[in-house]
Amino acid sequence: MADVVVGKEKCGEQRLVSLPLSRIRVIMKSSPEVSSINQEALVLTAKATELFVQYLATYSYRHGSGKEKKALTYSDLSDTAEESETFQFLADILPKKILASKYLKTLKEKREEEEEEENDNDEESDGDGAES
Amino acid sequence: MAERPEDLNLPNAVITRIIKEALPDGVSISKEARSAISRAASVFVLYATSCANNFAMKGKRKTLNASDVLSAMEEMEFQRFVTPLKEALEAYRREQKGKKEASEQKKKDKDKKTDSEEQDKGRDEDNDEDEERLEEEEQNEEEEVDN
Repeated sequence: MADVVVGKEKCGEQRLVSLPLSRIRVIMKSSPEVSSINQEALVLTAKATELFVQYLATYSYRHGSGKEKKALTYSDLSDTAEESETFQFLADILPKKILASKYLKTLKEKREEEEEEENDNDEESDGDGAES
Repeated sequence: MAERPEDLNLPNAVITRIIKEALPDGVSISKEARSAISRAASVFVLYATSCANNFAMKGKRKTLNASDVLSAMEEMEFQRFVTPLKEALEAYRREQKGKKEASEQKKKDKDKKTDSEEQDKGRDEDNDEDEERLEEEEQNEEEEVDN
C-alpha cells in the first residue's frame, strides 16, 4: 500500500494531514454501526488523531517522571491514563506494569482471603457437611 | 471483510515523527512508549468514530460528516482540538474548491485546444483523467453505503 508517510495521498491532503487517510478509514469502518463516512469527516478525524498524539505525548512528558531523564517512557503514559480524566478511556490498553513478584504476592493474598471466607461460611451452615 | 491486526495500526514512522515534533529537542522516546501511543491513537479513532456516529444518528443521517466529528471532540472533552480542526476544515475546503476550479478551467482550455491542436490532446488527457478520477473517487466515498 503506497499510503505510508506523507506523499501520494489522495486529494493532496499531505499538507494538512500526515496520517494515511486510507488507514484511518479502515479503522473507522471497523466500527459496527458506521455505514458511510464523508471525505471531510475522514480528513478531520485524521487531523484530530494527530492532535491527539501530540497532546498525549506532551501531557505525559510534562506530568511524568521521565522528565528528569529527558525521556518519555511507557510508565509516563500509563500514569496519564490512570490519573487524567481526559485520558481515562485509555486505561484498559495502557495498564500499569507491576513486578511479577508483586503480582504473585497479591494473588496469594487474595487466595488466602477467599479461603478464609469459605471457612467462615462452612462454620455458619448447619452440620450437613461431613465432618469426621 | 476481515482486517488483519496490523491494518488497524497506524504507520510507526508517521507516529514517531508527530511525537518527536511535539516534544522538546533531545527527548528520547522508548519503543514501548511509541507503540503505546500508536495503539492509543487507534483507540482514539474508534472512540471518536463511535461518538461522531451517535451525532449522525441523532440527525437521522447515515453518513458521518464534519460537524459530527467536531461535536464528538467536544463530547470527548477535547474542546482544545475544535479550533485547529475548524481551521483545517476551512483550508481543506478552499483547496478542494481551488482544484475543482482548476480542472474546470483546464477543461475549458482543452476544448479550445482540441479544435485547433489535435497533437497535444494525448498529453493533456492523461492529466485530466487523473484529476477526474480523484474527483470521482471523492464523490464515490461520499455516496457509498457499505454493509
